[in-house]
Amino acid sequence: MTLLTTIFAAVVCTILWYCSASGREMKIGILCWMYWGASLMWLVDAVFEYVSLRAAYFTPAPADLLNDFYLGLSVVALGLIIWLVIVLIKDPKGVVREALFRKKK
Amino acid sequence: MACFLVPAAEAVATTIAAKVIKTKESRAEAVFDSTEQTAQEMVEKIPFSQKLGWLNRLLWGGSALLCFEHVWHGEVVPWFPFLTAAADPSEASAMLHEMATTGVMMTVLVTAVWLGMLAVSSVIEKRTISEKQLKRCRRSVK
Repeated sequence: MTLLTTIFAAVVCTILWYCSASGREMKIGILCWMYWGASLMWLVDAVFEYVSLRAAYFTPAPADLLNDFYLGLSVVALGLIIWLVIVLIKDPKGVVREALFRKKK
Repeated sequence: MACFLVPAAEAVATTIAAKVIKTKESRAEAVFDSTEQTAQEMVEKIPFSQKLGWLNRLLWGGSALLCFEHVWHGEVVPWFPFLTAAADPSEASAMLHEMATTGVMMTVLVTAVWLGMLAVSSVIEKRTISEKQLKRCRRSVK
């Protein structure tokens, strides 16, 4: 479920990056790299788990499913926080600089 | 257990490599003196340091999110030795085995995907350069 959640996040971010110029300006690409990197790594994890569990891999217990989904959402939230910090530091639209400058005035 | 450490180690190596290559590229650009056509090709081609940056982002991003997953499962802790499996010798061997199998495969898959991206970008670069050259030829014929 964590893998699935991250893949969905990666696909949505990639579509946003491709379709929206302002999204590219807002460095959505960072989110794409992060989510795709994690998805690829979890894919390997899933393959190893499938090799050991076989068909049981596809029928997880509801509690495990829920915990994995909760983890997936937390991972997506962490990615968004990392992206937000990078955007605020790099300040591509100059909003932070403008706000600081206005404060000084 | 600690599989994310293998891609993280590769990320450290590729980040250093990207910095070194970027410095060399900027030096080469400074002394570059050649024909207009080659200069045009240089503009069209994506620098290798930038391409290496793609791999860096995939590895760093993936490792960071996987590290969080390990914290979630209590396998990474904020006190020494940071990995719970490292404290127990029997678990340490299982951890090393996981790093050697899952960790290495993660690194191999991410690097393979990056190599695929390099192949695609090189095809796009070549197409762009040949299109520009064709346009230039047509303009000179007119």
